Amino acid sequence: MSIVTVQLGQCGNQIGFEVFDALLRDSHSSHGLCCKRENEAYQASCKERFFSEEENGVPIARAVLVDMEPKVINQTLSKAAQSGRWKYGQHACFCQKQGSGNNWAYGYSVHGPRHEESIMNLIRKEVEKCDSFSGFFIIMSMAGGTGSGIGAFVTQNLQDQYSNSLKMNQIIWPYGTGEVIVQNYNSILTLSHLYRSSDALLVHENDAVHKICAKLMNIKQISFSDINQVLAHQLGSVFQPTYSAESSFHYRRNPLGIDWHVRPPSSGLPSLGKMSLNKDLHFNTSIANLVILRGKDVQSADVEGFKDPALYTSWLEPVNAFNVWKTQRAFSKYEKSAVLVSNSQFLVKPLDMIVGKAWNMFASKAYIHQYTKFGIEEEDFLDSFTSLEQVVASYCNL
Amino acid sequence: MTQSVVVQVGQCGNQIGCCFWDLALREHAAVNQKGIYDEAISSFFRNVDTRVVGDGGSISKGKICSLKARAVLIDMEEGVVNEILQGPLRDVFDTKQLITDISGSGNNWAVGHRVFGSLYQDQILEKLRKSAEHCDCLQCFFIIHSMGGGTGSGLGTFLLKMLEDEFPEVYRFVTSIYPSGEDDVITSPYNSVLAMKELNEHADCVLPIDNQSLFDIISKIDLMVNSGKLGTTVKPKSLVTSSSGALKTRPKKPFDAMNNIVANLLLNLTSSARFEGSLNMDLNEISMNLVPFPQLHYLVSSLTPLYTLTDVNIPPRRLDQMFSDAFSKDHQLLRADPKRSLYLACALMVRGNVQISDLRRNIERLKPSLQFVSWNQEGWKTSLCSIPPVGHSHSLLALANNTCVKPTFMELKERFMRLYKKKAHLHHYLQVEGMEESCFTEAVSSLSALIQEYNQLDATKNMPVQDLPRLSVAM
Repeated sequence: MSIVTVQLGQCGNQIGFEVFDALLRDSHSSHGLCCKRENEAYQASCKERFFSEEENGVPIARAVLVDMEPKVINQTLSKAAQSGRWKYGQHACFCQKQGSGNNWAYGYSVHGPRHEESIMNLIRKEVEKCDSFSGFFIIMSMAGGTGSGIGAFVTQNLQDQYSNSLKMNQIIWPYGTGEVIVQNYNSILTLSHLYRSSDALLVHENDAVHKICAKLMNIKQISFSDINQVLAHQLGSVFQPTYSAESSFHYRRNPLGIDWHVRPPSSGLPSLGKMSLNKDLHFNTSIANLVILRGKDVQSADVEGFKDPALYTSWLEPVNAFNVWKTQRAFSKYEKSAVLVSNSQFLVKPLDMIVGKAWNMFASKAYIHQYTKFGIEEEDFLDSFTSLEQVVASYCNL
Repeated sequence: MTQSVVVQVGQCGNQIGCCFWDLALREHAAVNQKGIYDEAISSFFRNVDTRVVGDGGSISKGKICSLKARAVLIDMEEGVVNEILQGPLRDVFDTKQLITDISGSGNNWAVGHRVFGSLYQDQILEKLRKSAEHCDCLQCFFIIHSMGGGTGSGLGTFLLKMLEDEFPEVYRFVTSIYPSGEDDVITSPYNSVLAMKELNEHADCVLPIDNQSLFDIISKIDLMVNSGKLGTTVKPKSLVTSSSGALKTRPKKPFDAMNNIVANLLLNLTSSARFEGSLNMDLNEISMNLVPFPQLHYLVSSLTPLYTLTDVNIPPRRLDQMFSDAFSKDHQLLRADPKRSLYLACALMVRGNVQISDLRRNIERLKPSLQFVSWNQEGWKTSLCSIPPVGHSHSLLALANNTCVKPTFMELKERFMRLYKKKAHLHHYLQVEGMEESCFTEAVSSLSALIQEYNQLDATKNMPVQDLPRLSVAM
């Protein structure tokens, strides 16, 4: 089952490159710690999922690159080609000249509609190349203008045109202290719109990944490259093949096989996922957890701790809320590795903070003229605030 | 990638502009080793095959043939422009993109704005349209002028309205040199205040700079270079005031060093749009992030470092010093102390081998000593461009939307009122057709309204930050 990746904006494209690179490097890695047949099945599954048939033996990433100005896409394409191991499709990118100016309204209301046809055509071509298509993986940041605004617009279109396919958005949560001054506005507009059209939001906070680089990896001068590589490593360890629950030697065909559509009894709540590399038990209440184990001794690993009812809400049995996937094939030179994907209250605090800051700024009407200029009115802001307050309240009530 | 057009008006504007083009060529020559006309160069230069007569000579790719600046040069006297056309940069300018007259504006805003405005309106429009046609995707007009004279101030601001009408989607960034207290043009307060009304209404973003600050920076550099501190020598070409080798033969003019600072400001402002980096910042992002309300679009700038010493290893401490300096009042290009006033927003544009962790560390370190407005406590916009300026390993441009511009405006208003109360020199203005006293009263009231906005913000300065009650939702 294949996944089509859509990389949007500077952040989306920089990360997208690292993800494909990490996936392929792991796939070709000689430290699989398993038998040859198994390694080959793993490689084949990975290749089918993320890359299309080779041309001169070089795999082509199943990806569409979108940006409103050319510098980053040019860099990304050449970095991939230079690696020699893989590359992007020749006609897989859509580029403009002028950027979105960190303006969500410009991305969503101007660039989106203007370039809708071209972008959706590129995506459709990529989907048609898949023998069996499973869903979309959309990589975007929330703080800027292109990833956030066009990302929201494209996800909406994907919902309309491919309503049966899974849409998972990888969202980059900006640093708390400024990368972009209007990042809180852009974030709330993005999140409230994605809630209506996305199936799953996989969140990475720049602050958290930065801490991993500083404290766990001891990198002295941390660059965005470092951050993106850590991110790619985490994503890779989620997306690489694993066995299906029946323990047959048959790699799980649907990498996005988690039942993301968990619904609490009363209100409909789209899911919000968070990942961490370490198996810390957060005492935030979880809706659902997924643990993925790779490498040595996976069959004997004890995951009973994850089935503790205290971790979960009252209206979901741990047997339904908790899943574990395994494979003996080691990931990226780590003899043993584990990933936790969690839908829990972990994100309530950061979300609440962003909504609070955006609200304070909104009350003074600062920067609003930049948005109304392109058709996003004060009511649109209020709608976004309302829907996010509901999300925060829902999660608090777990 | 987008293009920008520089419109240099008046003596000051053209002298600064000339320095800008000189340094821009130097910067691109240092980066572009292969001589291929690429998108970075195309942001400010056209590539022209000079063997082709007329206008058909533009080449969009391949080797550099002959670079022409995307510039329009306007002056109502011939002296400065003629000198440029006879100097080493003469081939960089398209002689069709000049507008000159002989009589000058007599340091009279009304003559520049109304007389020459109406006389040259069509010509100016034609040249601007031409330069826009040569651009694939025009993003920004950079206007360079002084406020205290007649041409730069009057005709320069006349242009703004024209640009707004004719090219509404293109940004108008204005670099304005404000007169210092000891300015020798007696009517400079009149000219400046009349010009300010136009800047208030028609500019997207203004970078106010004053001569005194530039002069102080030069003195500081001279002191450093000549002090002969033991064991330290300044790297050649790394002075923020130095020009490229090409102009060494020209007798040094007193304003050269000062103009080079302003030229470097413009280069650094556009660096992240021209060159690649891990966190790009385009010109449209400047306006989006730094202008919270349309009227408050005045940005105080500071450039660091002013020079680089020859030791190769730059310890993090020196990097941190660069950030600290950016906020000191000695490094601002306007007489202003941003640390004592209120920040509405701040942008840090870093060039060179600086990573996100260096940036974050310094923001965390400096934040407690700065006051930000209550609704924008984390009002930082940052960018990282990989290519440093010539002669440096890294550099920082800080742009602040800060109430510290207020004193400059208040002094201007005071000097204006001192003259206006006595109706001194007023007749020179009123005798220009279309000028009435109401022009003056409107201009000063526009300035007063602006000052009042800053006053209101300042009043909130030391108040505790309160979180407003949030929406409560039914579950």
